[in-house]
Amino acid sequence: MARYVMEFERPLAELEDKLAELSRLDMAALPELGAEIADLEREVEQLRETLYSALSPWEKVQVSRHPDRPKTVDYLEALFTDVVELCGDRAFGDDQAIVTALATIGEHRVMVIGHRKGRTTKENVARNFGSPHPEGFRKAERAMRTAAKFGLPVVTFLDTAGAAPGLEDEERGQAWAIAQCLATLSDLPVPVVVVGIGEGGSGGALAIGFGDRLIMLENAYYSVISPEMCAVILYKDAARAPESASALALTPDDLVRLGIADEIVPEPLGGAHRDPARVIADVGLRVESALASLAAVDPGDLTERRYERLRAIGVFSEESK
Amino acid sequence: MPINDWFRQRESRKYTVSTGTAADGLPDGVWRKCPDCGKTLYQGEVAKALSVCPHCGYHFELIARDRIEALVDEGSFGETDAGVGSVDPLRFAAAKPYSESLEKARATTGLSEAAVTGRAAIGGQAVAVGALDFRFIGASMGSAVGEKITRVFELALAERRGVVLVIASGGARMQEGMLSLMQMAKTAAAAERLARAGLPYVAVLVDPTYGGVTASFTALADVTFAEPGAHVGFAGPRLVEQTIRRSLPKGFQTAESLVDHGMVDEVVARGDLRDRVSTVLGYLMPPVAGGDA
Repeated sequence: MARYVMEFERPLAELEDKLAELSRLDMAALPELGAEIADLEREVEQLRETLYSALSPWEKVQVSRHPDRPKTVDYLEALFTDVVELCGDRAFGDDQAIVTALATIGEHRVMVIGHRKGRTTKENVARNFGSPHPEGFRKAERAMRTAAKFGLPVVTFLDTAGAAPGLEDEERGQAWAIAQCLATLSDLPVPVVVVGIGEGGSGGALAIGFGDRLIMLENAYYSVISPEMCAVILYKDAARAPESASALALTPDDLVRLGIADEIVPEPLGGAHRDPARVIADVGLRVESALASLAAVDPGDLTERRYERLRAIGVFSEESK
Repeated sequence: MPINDWFRQRESRKYTVSTGTAADGLPDGVWRKCPDCGKTLYQGEVAKALSVCPHCGYHFELIARDRIEALVDEGSFGETDAGVGSVDPLRFAAAKPYSESLEKARATTGLSEAAVTGRAAIGGQAVAVGALDFRFIGASMGSAVGEKITRVFELALAERRGVVLVIASGGARMQEGMLSLMQMAKTAAAAERLARAGLPYVAVLVDPTYGGVTASFTALADVTFAEPGAHVGFAGPRLVEQTIRRSLPKGFQTAESLVDHGMVDEVVARGDLRDRVSTVLGYLMPPVAGGDA
């Protein structure tokens, strides 16, 4: 099966392919090629290092969307035991784009809420590529209330391009469904740990995307608008998304600088898909550690601190008038 | 994203000023055309009717101060936080720098930001009010608007007031990136605190309200009114059309269809707003300790 090559990887992929081709040749018959192959190998190694060690914001966005990148379901399967999935919003349906489940990580029994992208095209169609409908957010909100009722901490996984913008989504109150998640989450008397694992697209991400700790993977992004859409508005040209990605301050480093994210999980050179097991295990440790440190906090203090945390976000000027 | 549409349209928009002093206000002596029924109207007459077309009832846009004046008891409004303004925290790079857009908006509106807030009374009941001014970068919500809306809820909580907001907005202000998105959570959290304290929040939706502003504090009101014909939604109509690849039904995302779909309680004409809001507050305001207010 052909591997998925991101746009910015193409020069490297071409060299890698050439190298693979050469390795299939009969070297005994072509002794003069030996030195050239060694040179090429060095070149590939160097290119890999320079290409991946300083990704631009737009390149990070591409990595965050890589089809082989570990997804919410991968974390759920690898890190959690005794999983009981909760289905449906009790009003309209069960949105496959969001998964909610009772689950255990280490010694913590929690409520997991995550955007659910698919691994295959068929799965992705069923899950609307991880873009929730209103009933998805209402399912998430139902899970939040259940968590609050039984004192279960909430762990969320963000990986969505955004909330679904369809006709029926509008008619069923997409904005109302998202807003209710924000209100409920803001005052939830249990710890809330958020992990940005891939895409963090606007309101659809935010609906389950803030709490007491925000952990971001190195190549995950979180943005008020997609770089493509931003470029269309600014320049009437989606091809200028790379510029928009830089302007929007959407990388984990930006988020830490702005006081929104708390910690960054390093990824292997090239992205989490190069060594999913390692990244997933690292996330597991950080989630457990966050849960452990939040477990001791009184529920009243927890919501008060969460409010103060939100309250502090924003940069503005103030003169007396 | 919902901000699409106002960006395209805002250059061609016309604003009416009935009592304000804004620089672009139309003088009373001019004639204007109603975009709905096409009749030519004398501006003085339009202004007297709260900027509603006397022939067909079309609701012209109003600046924020006039929105508030039309809603609260005469002379009861006292502005708060007028000095809160935006900076350019990300040094947002674009064809037109954000700092320039801010300069221009300040010059045009005489406001420091899109939200005008304060204390007032409606039917003698103490409220904290706010209105968004669409002329100011599409009344999009950045840090300053988020802060001012949050303070409205906090003021109401501290002084046991109800909250009444008149809302129009293109959505989140993308020039402030994630700082802007997080204002959705911040304002929603403040609205939730008010709700927990048993104090009422009435939202009045006017044309147009979209994106992150609809999907945060706007959609959390106890009672929601909308002006006739106001367009309200999450995704802008062009994006929805692109998504479904067919044309939109007539009246899509209008106040009237939002009542049909269960998102809005009542379509209220501008002239009736004060009375309707006052009546609702009468039901929802907790009794004042120690007797009559």
